[in-house]
This record gives sequence, structure tokens and C-alpha cells, in this order.
Amino acid sequence: MDIFLAPIRFSNAQLLRNLLAELSKRFADPFKTLELQIELQKYFSKERGQYFSTQIIAEAMKLTDNLNGKIILLSEVDIFVPVLTFVFGEAQLGGKHSIVSVCRLHEEFYTGESNDKLLLERTVKEVLHELGHNFGLRHCLNWDCVMHSSPGIEEVDIKGSDYCSDCGGKVEGYKYLHS
Amino acid sequence: MDKTEKILIVDDEKIVRESLFHWFEEEGYEVDTAEDGEIALKKYEENKFDLLLVDMKMPGMSGIELLNKIKAIDKDSVIILITAFASVPTAIAALKSGAYDYVTKPVDPDELAHLVKNALEQRALKIENIHLKESIDEIVRPDNLIGESNQMKKIYDLVQNVAPTDTTVMIRGESGTGKELVAKAIHINSKRKYFPIIPVNCGALAETILESELFGHEKGAFTGAQFRRKGKFELADGGTIFLDEVGSISIKMQIELLRVIETKQFNRVGGNELIKSDFRVIVATNEPLEELVKAGKFREDLYYRLNVFSIVIPPLRERREDVPLLVNFFINKFSTLMNKPVKSVSKEAMDFLINYDWHGNVRELENAIERAMVVGKKESIQVEDLPFHLSSNNLYIDDGNKSLTAMEKKHINKILNENNWNISRSALVLEIDRVTLYNKINKYGLNKNDN
Repeated sequence: MDIFLAPIRFSNAQLLRNLLAELSKRFADPFKTLELQIELQKYFSKERGQYFSTQIIAEAMKLTDNLNGKIILLSEVDIFVPVLTFVFGEAQLGGKHSIVSVCRLHEEFYTGESNDKLLLERTVKEVLHELGHNFGLRHCLNWDCVMHSSPGIEEVDIKGSDYCSDCGGKVEGYKYLHS
Repeated sequence: MDKTEKILIVDDEKIVRESLFHWFEEEGYEVDTAEDGEIALKKYEENKFDLLLVDMKMPGMSGIELLNKIKAIDKDSVIILITAFASVPTAIAALKSGAYDYVTKPVDPDELAHLVKNALEQRALKIENIHLKESIDEIVRPDNLIGESNQMKKIYDLVQNVAPTDTTVMIRGESGTGKELVAKAIHINSKRKYFPIIPVNCGALAETILESELFGHEKGAFTGAQFRRKGKFELADGGTIFLDEVGSISIKMQIELLRVIETKQFNRVGGNELIKSDFRVIVATNEPLEELVKAGKFREDLYYRLNVFSIVIPPLRERREDVPLLVNFFINKFSTLMNKPVKSVSKEAMDFLINYDWHGNVRELENAIERAMVVGKKESIQVEDLPFHLSSNNLYIDDGNKSLTAMEKKHINKILNENNWNISRSALVLEIDRVTLYNKINKYGLNKNDN
């Protein structure tokens, strides 16, 4: 199965390169990039200063109707769903599309100090997490599993960076089982 | 922890219903929605829900009215009210009506997750009077805690005994013996297993960073602290904190640590709010803490507080029978990661591995296998694939023959192998001339293909 990373308003080329390499290691087939023209401004909430992720996914669905595989949108803007103050990502459970924002994965967001290695680790985790939802996975109780819920950055850091064997077995093409 | 609890979301705004529906669905809950109080009431009568999230302000029946009707059906129902504006009268009205709590839109995901989890846990305790199974028939081991030697079996027994208790455990052992894995084994066999084990490497962090790591910080506590951040003790709530290299922390931090372990309360750096956390403590050290206590570098009271139950992990050289199991485990692991068809190790290489002294313990063995699999060209690991020239604390296979002649033969053979049987280079290393080296090779019948 093809898995695509679609950068949208994403300027960190080095992170994207490293991310593709890290993710591709874990799957039978390498991840591919996909160019999507989505005008994010349409989904900007002036009131909140953030972008509405569900609507961004809805537009991506229209643009990629004929494409087979899974599509993970990757952005640097801060995203939200109504009711919640922010989300790191959103996915269609058992569907084709998901979105991950790296905005709040930056260490400088919390401590003022930049850490590229940590940013990559966190982004890998969140992409795998949302992708897991696309494969129908719900949150896992195993803290070593990347499918553990992470409502805050601390939980992103605590949880494992791979699927546990139960979850990994349900992700097509995944070969990098936790050991 | 059963996650098939049912949640009903009641809100007149479709967008809110949908957002919360997806969010809780991903959490693993069974979720349903209702757009007004009438429909919610009907759904509740048909299908009892464990928790309801109800918007306070809805056309027709208000959230409070709905709450009262549901409480009339089941006084133990758990209802969280959602409001657009936080105000004291609203809060009082909500809580007086018997709401479990209320949240203001938009709510922090972390806050909502904890609120719902706590509400459901409280309900579960009330209804089922849960008895956590504290005695275990068989220890669950982390996948990578390997060993069937008597020494390791004793450790599994100790883990099994201490895991169900809340006793503080001190794990001792040389570097690379797997102290964190034993800590993890204790945690996953305890009643705290559904909460995280939080490792902190105390030796790797400077005092000020360690303080912020352990206790967290408030927004603006120091330059660059743009947001509040929870510390490791707070994150370990319900679970276990694993303090590695505990012997390396400063006296000031030792005082802080003792206080937190005793009171289970602390302040975040730059904050006044008293945070409570229910954690178990497991520490590890490879330092002689008793000597540090005598030298005044480690507080005696903290030492006794930590050294309640001690587990000593033997070095790998004292449990050589575990080496083949570990070798096979690492071969499997790296063959998957590297996509290499290496499946085994030659008998000679295995003998070498079993007899090596492994001062870096399991970690050194893992590195040796990883390196061998990178450089190896065959389907099985050979002696020459092993990186012993990097750390040769045990130069030769101990075959029992300690005579000078036998040692000379082994030494010459080793130097020849290290230099890929280049005679000139080997003679240079051995500080003998080439002719002498040829004579020795003939004398001992050494052959390039023997290894």
C-alpha cells in the first residue's frame, strides 16, 4: 500500500527528509511525498488564531478522491477542532486521510530551546499515531506503543516510538515491531 | 482497564458533536450523540451510558434540566457539563445539580482526558468495587529481558514478590546489565501497569535541569518557558518513577527528593500550587552508595528511604549460560531492522562470545552483535566479524591451556587475523622480523583459513 506525506505550508525541508527516511525504515515500502494545493487561509479561525483541521482533511479528501493508499497531511500551522484548545493531529478512523501539525511539537514552544532530534522523534510518533487511526486502530493502553493517547507533549515524549505487536500487526506493511 | 465504556455527547452544535465524537472514538470509547435534551433522554432510557457530556445552553431543554431528569433515573450517573463561559454562578449551579464537573469551551485536551478518565474510574470503583488482582501466577517479562540462568530466575522471583507491593526498590548492577528492564518488569507486574513508568537519568542532567525535569515548571518560570510543563513526578501519577544513576544527584536535590518521596507533594518550578502525585519509586545505581554515605556525599536518610528492597543484577560474565539466548535474540532483532538474512552464529564465534568477559555486559554484547551484522558477509556471524580488537579484555578463547607456548600461538594467530595476515604489518606489531614470524607460523601450524 502507498503511504503519502503531503506537506502543506511546510518549510522545514530537513525535517521532511529525515521524517521520510525514518518512516520508510519501518515499512515494507518507502513513504512518498504528495503535492497538494490546499489554501489553508480558508480554514483559519481569526477568533482562535488556529486552523480547523477537520475542514482541511475534508478538502484533501476531495482533491485525492482517486488516489489509493493513505495520505498524511503535514503542516507547521497550529490546528484545532472545536471544543478542544488544540490538537497535534486528526485522523479519519479507518479512513484514508489524516493531518499532523508540528507546531506544538517544537521544544522551543515549551522551553524556548530548539531541539531538532526531539522534533523528529515527536513528529515520527505523531505521524505513526495518526496513520494507526487510518488503519482503524484506537488508543492503546500500552505506554510503549505509539498508539497510546497523548493529550499533551509530555505524553508524546513518554510513549514509545513504534507500534506494539498487537497494533503493529494491524498496520499494513509495518515491519518494525517493537523489541 | 476496560475501555468499552459508553459516552453520550449532547450538544445542539453539530460541529461540537462531531469533534467530540471522533476524539472519544479514537480513545476507544463507545460514543453516541444527541442534538437536544429530548433525544438524549430517549437514548439514555434505551441504552444506559457511563458518562454524559452535556452542553449547558441548548434550545428547548437546558443542560441543567436534562441533568436533573437523568439523575432522577439514575442518581449515580456521571455528567460533565460544557459551557461557553466560566462563571461562579454557572459552576455552582452545575455542581449543585449533581454534575461531576464542568468544562469551559474550548477545553484543553489533557484536562478533558483526565477529567473523563477520573470520572469513569470513580464510577467503576463505585459500581464494581474492583478487586485488583494483586497475586500473579506467572511473571510478565518485557520482551527484551532475557535469561534463564539460575541468577536470572532468582531475579524474576524477586520481581514477582515485590511487584504487587508499593515498596521502593533499589536495583544495583554494573553498567549495561539491564537495570531499567528489571524496573520495567516490576512495573508491568504491578497494579500500576496501566499507568506509565517514567525513567529519569539523574546522572545525565545538570542540577537546575533535573529540578525542572522532576518537578515541572510554570509558564515564565525561566527565560523561554512559554508554557507550563508537567514534571516527571506529576507524569508518574498512578504509575512508577524510575530514577537511574541516583547516586549522582547533588545534596540539594537529595533533600528535595527525600521530601517528595515522603510527602508525595511538590511545587512546579516557579509555581505556588501544591501538586499531589501517587507514584512508586524504583531507583538504580552502579555506585557504592554505602561508601558515598560514609564520605558524606549521599544522605543517609535518603539511602535508607530508597534501599527498602534491593535487587542485584549479576554481570553477564557470571551467567555465561545466558549468552546464547541473548545472542539469538539480538540476531533476530537486527536481522529484522537491517533486512539482513543473518540467522545464526558459527560455533567458534559462539564459543568466543560465551568466554568473553563482557565488562560492558548485555549492552556491549548487543553492540558487538550489531557491529558483526553490519560487517558480516555470511548467513552466520564469524569470529572475524566480532569487534574484539576494540575492547579486548579477554584476548583468547579460554581452552584451559595456560602454557607459554599455547599463549604465544594464540597471540600470534590473533595479531595475524587483526592484520588480515599481512606478514610485514604483523611482524611490526609483534616486534619480530618477518623470518621469525614465518618460522613461528610453521612451528604452530597456523593457517589463514582456520578462523
